[in-house]
Amino acid sequence: MNIKAIRGIALASATSFVTLMGSAAQAVEIEYWQYFFDARVAAMEQLIEKFQAANPDITVKMTHFPYADYRTKVAAAIPAGEGPDVVQLFYGWLNDYREAQLIQPLPSDVFPADRIEAEFFPMVGAMRDGDQYWALPTAVRSLALFYNERLMAEAGIDSPPETLDQMVEAAAKMTKRDSAGNITQVGLTVGMTAQDHHWFREGLIRQFGGDPYKDDYQTVNYDTDAGRAALDFYTGLVTGDNAVSSIGFMDEPQAAFKAGRAGMHIDGSFRIGSLADVRGLKWGVAELPASADGVRANYASYWVNAITSKAQGEKYDAAVKFMEYIVSDEAMQLWLDVVGELPAKPSVGMTEANANDPVFGPFIRGLKYARTTKFADESGQRQVLVDMVERMTLQGMGAAESLTVAAEAEQKILDGYYKK
Amino acid sequence: MYRNLTIKQKQIVWAWAFLAIPVLFYGVIRFYPTGNAILISFQNWNLLGTRSWAGFDNYVKLWNDPVFWKVFANTFIYLLLGTPISLVISFVIAYHLDQLRFMHGFLRMLYFLPFMTSAVAMAWVWRWFYQPVPTGLFNNLLASVGIGQISFLNSTTNALPAVLAPAVWAGLGFQIIIFMAGLRAIPKSYYEAAKIDGVGWWTVLWEITLPLLKPTIVFIVVFSSIGFLRIFDHVFNMTTNNPGGPLNATKPLVLMIYDTAFTGFDMGYAAAQTVVLFVVLLTVSLLQLRILRDK
Repeated sequence: MNIKAIRGIALASATSFVTLMGSAAQAVEIEYWQYFFDARVAAMEQLIEKFQAANPDITVKMTHFPYADYRTKVAAAIPAGEGPDVVQLFYGWLNDYREAQLIQPLPSDVFPADRIEAEFFPMVGAMRDGDQYWALPTAVRSLALFYNERLMAEAGIDSPPETLDQMVEAAAKMTKRDSAGNITQVGLTVGMTAQDHHWFREGLIRQFGGDPYKDDYQTVNYDTDAGRAALDFYTGLVTGDNAVSSIGFMDEPQAAFKAGRAGMHIDGSFRIGSLADVRGLKWGVAELPASADGVRANYASYWVNAITSKAQGEKYDAAVKFMEYIVSDEAMQLWLDVVGELPAKPSVGMTEANANDPVFGPFIRGLKYARTTKFADESGQRQVLVDMVERMTLQGMGAAESLTVAAEAEQKILDGYYKK
Repeated sequence: MYRNLTIKQKQIVWAWAFLAIPVLFYGVIRFYPTGNAILISFQNWNLLGTRSWAGFDNYVKLWNDPVFWKVFANTFIYLLLGTPISLVISFVIAYHLDQLRFMHGFLRMLYFLPFMTSAVAMAWVWRWFYQPVPTGLFNNLLASVGIGQISFLNSTTNALPAVLAPAVWAGLGFQIIIFMAGLRAIPKSYYEAAKIDGVGWWTVLWEITLPLLKPTIVFIVVFSSIGFLRIFDHVFNMTTNNPGGPLNATKPLVLMIYDTAFTGFDMGYAAAQTVVLFVVLLTVSLLQLRILRDK
């Protein structure tokens, strides 16, 4: 190598270094955190790419963790002043972050509360506080009834059930037993540990004429006739000689459905992706069955994006711009296409194509009447309902008594949380 | 200054110089967190906000929490069932294995294998064994010969023994190896003397083998007691859908701590439970050392 070449290389590297420094000085870098899920990361990478193309002076760095660690890592990093400028949080965690002043409200000039309320599905209202919103979702999830097409055809059922009674009838036809009377195929999967506790709270109780909570989800209100009727219906699925299901069948409801051993299965829209890859399983989706008098109810949940208190000055401005983009119609459609999660705005969700989609349609239509439970401690409150059913199935407690015990236990959790 | 020290003092200086690294290491990763945990047990903290003083609130709450007492009892059932059962089984196996020559190494390996297996993988395999029909191995066997199903995990009475069984099995290999080493260490001359005197095998076992195995037994009892008091991975992995369930029937103290801290995010309460566990472990270990050493 001669001297000229060396000089050339030195010059080239020096200039590239300078340009690098120059551009770094201009660009604002903000950090975005979410949990790791293949499709979510892929979708966010595409969104970031598009956002950066439109805003060349901002770069967004995405960090992700396994779901199991996510909550703890976020909770440890943000108070320490490390971590993200924009973060994805489960809606149920937001209260704690707000009280600890770890997130900032969205500026009302860019996100006016009235416009947000008009544009988004109603359950997003849980994020509103006076004239401001604390966080906004890109996508939402709701429940629907998955059914196994092959088992339906085998049992001679032409169309998915429209009402709860039809559902039980169909489930009975698809339940199989061995000679000893053990259930070897369930008509409908059952398990409060999975999504059933949501179905019970926001679905069944309301459909049987109740209102599960009062005072903005601070008072338990299901120890009523409606609650007892809902519980009787639910445990009726697994008790008696005509049981159409069994708790703990094949370990997990979704496993039983995946294995083709369950006729029907209630689950969230997030299950679509993992069912799509199961070989040999032909399945369809229907809206959650209505009650006899046509009442429909559903549960919706979502992950929201929020700006942390770490974002200040130009980073804050960049974070606001990024937030604006990831809750735009364009981002929502992309999220639906890539991740399969439902758009948070009717303007995207209720388009002709989306609302009539054979797979997404039932979930999206469910959003119109879906409600979001404001949990104080979701896993604790879930446990209450798990225990409620176990007291009946394992210890023989009566439905009314078990429901009362559950209502008291859940009220205790709520009191402990809201009085602090 | 160093020059004026006596040889003895110089030795001490050097000893501390070398000990400084482990002492520092222990101080930072063991004693500081331990102290901090005790501190947090007197505070309220959800990991996000600021900590606030709670006095003895967390301990009072613990005292009045029925779940805690249930869990406390479970922890001791794990200990009181697990330690004697595994001690007897491992001694019987080690005793006979010691006298066996044919395929000795192979058999010893078979017994040791479970100890080397990941507890998580083992727990999941057993969890599937225990399932009801059509997936569970045990219940399928029962069903095939026309016997009714047994609810192993989905039962408030059977679940704890069902979870304990693989935990005992997993620990056997280690205890067998220790017992065999203990057996080998007993001088042959005692046995020869006994043979000359014409004593029966029971007397040999009771008067020679067991008394001389005492240090080994003390070690195994203390070691496995601590293990059973801290049981977690088997329970957690066999009951992930409903951790410690059904109805807290299998929940040990460590799992309650984990739940309180990382799903309930109530760090102060979890820390108070940790302090209780620490005291329990300390007491049990000291008691055992005292009882088994004195005689």
